[in-house]
Amino acid sequence: MAAPVSACPACDAAHFAEETAGRGYAGDGGEAKRIMLSLPQVYCAACIVGVERGLAGLPGVRSARVNLTLKRATVEADKDVEPEDLASYLTGIGFEAYELDAGALSATETDKRGRDLMMRMGVAFFGMMNVMLLSVAVWSGATEATRDMFHWVSAAIALPIVAFSAQPFIKSAWSALRVGRLNMDVPISLAIVLAAGMSVYETMHSGQHAYFDAALSLTFFLLAGRYLDHRTRAVARSAAEELAALEVPRAHKVVEGQDIVVPVAELSVGDVVRVTPGNRVPVDGMVEEGESEVDRSLLTGESLPVFAGPGEMLNAGEVNLTGPLMIRVAAAGKDTALHRMADLVAIAETARNKYTSLADKAAALYAPAVHLLALGAFIAWLFISGGDVRLSINIAVAVLIITCPCALGLAVPAVTTAASGRLFKKGMLLKSATAMERLAEVDHVVFDKTGTLTEGDPKLDNLGDHDPADLAIAAALAQGSSHPLAQAISRAVAGAKVLPAVVSDVREKPGFGIEARHAGEVVRLGRAEWLGAKGIDRTATYLKIGKRPAVAFTFNDALREGAAEAVAAMKAQGCKVTLISGDAPAAVQDVAFRLGIEDYRAGMLPEGKLAALDALSAEGAKVLMVGDGLNDTAALAAAHVSISPASALEAARVVSDIVLLGKTLEPLGDALSTSRKATLRIKENFAISAAYNVVAIPIALLGFATPLAAALAMSLSSITVSLNALRLKARAR
Amino acid sequence: MNVLVYLIPVSIFLGAMGLAFFFYTMKTRQYDDPEGDARRILSGIYDDAPPED
Repeated sequence: MAAPVSACPACDAAHFAEETAGRGYAGDGGEAKRIMLSLPQVYCAACIVGVERGLAGLPGVRSARVNLTLKRATVEADKDVEPEDLASYLTGIGFEAYELDAGALSATETDKRGRDLMMRMGVAFFGMMNVMLLSVAVWSGATEATRDMFHWVSAAIALPIVAFSAQPFIKSAWSALRVGRLNMDVPISLAIVLAAGMSVYETMHSGQHAYFDAALSLTFFLLAGRYLDHRTRAVARSAAEELAALEVPRAHKVVEGQDIVVPVAELSVGDVVRVTPGNRVPVDGMVEEGESEVDRSLLTGESLPVFAGPGEMLNAGEVNLTGPLMIRVAAAGKDTALHRMADLVAIAETARNKYTSLADKAAALYAPAVHLLALGAFIAWLFISGGDVRLSINIAVAVLIITCPCALGLAVPAVTTAASGRLFKKGMLLKSATAMERLAEVDHVVFDKTGTLTEGDPKLDNLGDHDPADLAIAAALAQGSSHPLAQAISRAVAGAKVLPAVVSDVREKPGFGIEARHAGEVVRLGRAEWLGAKGIDRTATYLKIGKRPAVAFTFNDALREGAAEAVAAMKAQGCKVTLISGDAPAAVQDVAFRLGIEDYRAGMLPEGKLAALDALSAEGAKVLMVGDGLNDTAALAAAHVSISPASALEAARVVSDIVLLGKTLEPLGDALSTSRKATLRIKENFAISAAYNVVAIPIALLGFATPLAAALAMSLSSITVSLNALRLKARAR
Repeated sequence: MNVLVYLIPVSIFLGAMGLAFFFYTMKTRQYDDPEGDARRILSGIYDDAPPED
């Protein structure tokens, strides 16, 4: 809850609380459609009310429900309601919102496994508590027939429940054994099955010790660990992969002069599509007709728009800025540059998948050790007792149970859940299970510039150099254009309280600029070549009034919110910071200077970025890459760990381990410190469970272990590791 | 010791009731949004019935 109150404009709107819910629109009788929205910045009751009321008040919306845990809204609406409109409405009233792909993310499907685990956990808990009650009677001294009866009742409860609740472990252990591997589930299943089986045998022969309660509490604690693990992953996976904010699902296909809207997947090579200004190019193709400028910053990192005319090749993912373009499709869908790039990335990614997490390392050590120990105990006791199989098995099972894989099974998930919950609250989504551990090892951070450290939105920076009369004319020309530089001029001039001049005959020449008449003179705002001016090495546009020499309006890229804090936090935590961009040197130097980054490289191609990262890791650095563009994807995949903002291109988000949900970069610093703390906690938890074992194993080996000792060791170590993990959460406040 | 004849079934029955309630809460999806449910109590908007979803 560290986020400032001001980021949540509806929070103080107390009047919401006094109204009653404004729901009740029953729909137009047609079929309802379900829309999912991602809401990275909701975190309080008033936000929930604000979003739900806002959505419910929109035409066509039947009901809206916010899920604060997933930071998501589910909307039931009429068929013709567009998710984009809902998202932009919410953003308009102060709640950042992104559209999610509801098709890929059916609400019931995502959590089926979670509910299944929870059900098994509940059943195991019921069994554990009842059997524990019965066991207390035995521990406190029931003997003979009474003890046997308690054991039989325990067996009647425990056996069906173990058969139901332990299934996830037994299945996973079986599939590992079949391919000849040992995983964590093998000793777990073995302990549960042997404990139950041995107890039944002991009960039948009216033995003293039955471990039904141990079998059940083992199952319960381990299911708890498994459930936590599952929930952490499910939350992250579903939202990160399905963020559809920047997808281009539809295109305007031109057939016999008519536009029809088709899904991009249905386009084929040779089709002609129309791309209107402000929209993303959906395919790779050649411009047939029209002139415009395109913004390819997501693909190359260039912040300056590029001219596009007939014969020019365009790539999917570029944004058309000024004039309508007709494009003949050269490649669509999976064959586009965008997708080919994503495929390349898959190769770079496999290298990283080889990373072994701490849990896997522990399991690799633990599983064989426990088996050998139990086997050793069995053989040794068989020898000592002169062939008493029953006693030897009893001791071997006690060893298996008391080595307590439940502390190990909880050690990692409990910490990861606490830590990723904390990061999620700050607006970061962990997509990969090992991301946290890898992030903790980072000692070098590489940033991309355009769209990552900067917003990719230009800002006029030499307003003061211009005569107000010139500004008025520039503003008048810029007014009608959707070109980002023109809009930046309009904003800046309006901010300076200069009224636009009166101009007539305004004409936008797509790809070049805007022309009009003012006081009998031709005035033009646009590219240097078009005006006959000499271009300067900066992001700039030029104004020419009549015969006077052209004047330049220069721009710089506004820094993303929190960029400076993120860079400073990284440095404070001992990381080297490097800026690698595909943009021109001057622009890169400017940003690096403003953020205090000494090490920067400009004009890097995607291959160059990849090579730079490879060079860094060859030197032994563990690199965190933060980037958003297609030109970054290879580098993102090659880095030790990678982060991309939610506004990044889909390909970049897919290869990243962590997605930043909000606009600000500020959580980055916190992510690093949280992950370091989390890794420390995981190691502490391993140490704690090892310490328990150091005490418990000799007792079991010597044959002194009783079901009571097992129950104590198991509960104490599980509770200790859980509490240790929770310390992480407590510090979040 | 005859008291055990009713007490054991009674304790198991009570436990089973708890389990049945747990199943009910699962079925009605009361664990989907713990965070949100904890905060909704502050909102002052009264739900006549839990939403179907």
